[in-house]
Amino acid sequence: MEVVQSHRKSSSNNVIVSILPLYRSAPPLEVRLEDFEFFAIDRLRVLKGISDGLCRGKKPEEMEKLVLDLWKANMRHPQAVEEVNKDIISHFVLRLVYCRTEELRKWFLSMETTLFRHRFRWGSSEAQRALMSEFKLPYKAVSNAEFESLKDKLGQVARSMGQTLAAADAIFYKVPFEEVPDLVAGRRVFIHKGHAYVAINQVVSLVVTQFRSYLSKALILTNRKWTSTIREQEKDRLTPIVEALCTSYLGPDYSQQQEFGEISIKDIDQVAKTSFPLCMRHLFEKVKEDHHLKHGGRMQLGLFLKGVGLKLDDALAFWKAEFAPKVSAERFDKEYAYNIRHNYGREGKRTDYTPYSCQKIISVTPGIGDHHGCPYRHFSEENLRAALVRMGVSSRAVEDVMDKVHNRHYQLACTLTFEAVHGSSCDAGINHPNQYFIDSQRVLQSKNGSVA
Amino acid sequence: MTKEEADNGRDDMVIDVPGQANAVPDGFNANYLRIYYGKLFPHADMFKWMSYGNDGKHPGCDKSYFGRREFSFTLENDIYIRFQSFNSVTELENSIKEKCPFKIDIGPVYSVDPAKRHAYAQSGDNVFTPVERELVFDIDISDYDDVRYCCTGADVCLECWPLMTIAIKVIDTSLRDDFGFNHILWVYSGRRGVHCWVCDGKARRLTNEQRAAIADYFHVYKGNENSQKKISLPGLVLHPFLARSYTEVLKGFFEAKLLPNQNLLASEERYEKILEMIPDASVASELRRRWQENKRASMSKDDINIVRWEQLKSILQSGKQKMQGLRRCVEEIVFSYTYPRLDMEVSRHMNHLLKAPFCVHPKTGRVCVPIDPNNCDEFDPTTVPTLSQLLEELNRGGLRQDAENEWDRTSLGESVAFFRTSFLQPLLKSCKEEIENSYNAKLQQSKNDLSW
Repeated sequence: MEVVQSHRKSSSNNVIVSILPLYRSAPPLEVRLEDFEFFAIDRLRVLKGISDGLCRGKKPEEMEKLVLDLWKANMRHPQAVEEVNKDIISHFVLRLVYCRTEELRKWFLSMETTLFRHRFRWGSSEAQRALMSEFKLPYKAVSNAEFESLKDKLGQVARSMGQTLAAADAIFYKVPFEEVPDLVAGRRVFIHKGHAYVAINQVVSLVVTQFRSYLSKALILTNRKWTSTIREQEKDRLTPIVEALCTSYLGPDYSQQQEFGEISIKDIDQVAKTSFPLCMRHLFEKVKEDHHLKHGGRMQLGLFLKGVGLKLDDALAFWKAEFAPKVSAERFDKEYAYNIRHNYGREGKRTDYTPYSCQKIISVTPGIGDHHGCPYRHFSEENLRAALVRMGVSSRAVEDVMDKVHNRHYQLACTLTFEAVHGSSCDAGINHPNQYFIDSQRVLQSKNGSVA
Repeated sequence: MTKEEADNGRDDMVIDVPGQANAVPDGFNANYLRIYYGKLFPHADMFKWMSYGNDGKHPGCDKSYFGRREFSFTLENDIYIRFQSFNSVTELENSIKEKCPFKIDIGPVYSVDPAKRHAYAQSGDNVFTPVERELVFDIDISDYDDVRYCCTGADVCLECWPLMTIAIKVIDTSLRDDFGFNHILWVYSGRRGVHCWVCDGKARRLTNEQRAAIADYFHVYKGNENSQKKISLPGLVLHPFLARSYTEVLKGFFEAKLLPNQNLLASEERYEKILEMIPDASVASELRRRWQENKRASMSKDDINIVRWEQLKSILQSGKQKMQGLRRCVEEIVFSYTYPRLDMEVSRHMNHLLKAPFCVHPKTGRVCVPIDPNNCDEFDPTTVPTLSQLLEELNRGGLRQDAENEWDRTSLGESVAFFRTSFLQPLLKSCKEEIENSYNAKLQQSKNDLSW
């Protein structure tokens, strides 16, 4: 793909058959420098909107509508050919932007895959079949004889999902189970002797897995090319645009605590009561109660404290003191100190880990004995209500919060909690626990003229 | 060796028995381990297993395979060393005998010898990354503390151990029938749980995403002390896997064993836990009323738990119940008490290290012996050979010139024999076939390439 400075040649005469491009290779198009940036920004609005929707826990039907609306608003063009060009160009530009670190790649891969999944589903069945053959999926339709012998089990699976096995659904594909991990994970297919029996309407999963796998590898290759040649070659032209595109949309990562300086170990108890969001309050209470936290909890709380301004030495002292009733100082130094130092970038590959955002925390499912994750998502109603009351939320506000929770709007629930506790509004909404902390401290400082 | 009697409950160790001099006091220490590793630990078998047929005898063998496997040792004083690798059985054996590790963990097979990992990048072409690893599962009985009243934490007895037995049955059947795996090794973890090693080639080559999908397929019990509803079985019917597990294993075990042995309905505290799981408050109240009235007198001679369970079932399963949530309530109760609770994190990642079979558990002195899934009802964790017991058995045998197969004269012999005949030999046979087929296929391929 060549980027031209001024005029724009008309695009190639290739007729694009399937409306949904697979982004296999950069097409031989020429793009104006301004379009390079504008197309990317429009697509980024779509991806960011998807990210937001997922974060707020929207149901699949809501997501379907959201994606369609986002696409229409940002990517539509009266001429089909122009729309496809913008689609392809914007995708490849964003590949450059998002190939550069593991976290960026993960995010981009996740959003593009979600986008692809929805666009595939709203395509016609011929378009879908065409795409399937483009992916060269070598799976055969199940023979009538085999279908008859498995009909009961297949019907059982359908009914377990609240569906029925209509005659039209009698087309099944037989694929090795490892090709359809999401269907297996959700127990949405019948598996026997290593084969999964996939209904025609589940074929989306097959296709999306292929798409995802391909894009994942492509991103790594793009990164290599970027670091080895492109970034240097384009340092006066594209590189500044690419680098700016990324940071302008991901928000602060709270890895450097700037605003309130440091907090020391003696401040923690106090600020925990006043300024911690519920997820961190819960972890904090549990570590005080149990004198232990499992790994997930240590990471979530530990990185949050780092973002809040707790220095490494104070962090080590804090965890050591809290664990002391169960863990001897020696054992602590052996088993836990290393990981804390690792989080602060003092060991191993010296990555300075960033505190988890709400999106990340919500996506985690705590297991037995765990206390991390988002309480608005995982607490039982009873426990959540009790926790909110303990935080000082009025009973009317608790109802509003619970309403958000029932609709799976976990971040909105947290925002309402913030507003109830602090008596002031939070227009931006809560996206990050450290943001909650900073906003809280700001409110308190302006009220009392002092921190906490 | 002193004249103290070994604490093994062996009544024949009374005074005046000639074998008194052979008594080995219970314990776990470097001296005992040295003898264990010297005479009993099956180094050669572990090597053969980990080589998966790559013994150099066939031209298709990968001679580097064994050397790319990571082992980690935990030495006395909690010193932990990772990335140990060996190029031959002799190296493996000598290192174990010399270092005398208190625990040996097995990690993945990497792309290159772990000893050389620093020469390779984290990403790009020349990576140091896992390429093969068995599919593993870890089930720990302390995760069932909320449903067993006989023991807590690290303790285990014959009343609650059957929870592990049924976990083995459910998972083993599914791994074979649903996923088509054949080479599965179940191992006692030495204290309170079991590990499962799935060693088919297909399993070893699964990606992290595929492993996560399998773990999720098995993931039914969700929750910790903060959430209330831990098992949710929506849908009109159960998925065939769940239905089979219920009818073939869980229902029978719950009704005949767990319910009466743990007195799940005998007291108010315990039956409240079950009543809590019934979504219809009026049904729960009705049962509560009946049981409170019936506290002292029991109408029939049958166990009170069984009587009350029948009452509960007949109310919930009667045709009168229209409420959605009640449809699967009985199954949900049974599942929440008996369904396997896997440690998800262990199974998801290729680089997770897991304790090697035939290690000795430092806290109990028991050997991590294989468990026959076809006979798991017979397995008794309280009679698993201990380190001191084995040494005693060796003593009784007297000195022998040949050091081969010493385990045959001890209780360990049975376990090693089982390991060989039921697991290792069929596995190696299958690996050889795989190596041959793959080699022949490559030959064929190159012939095709050369032909016009």
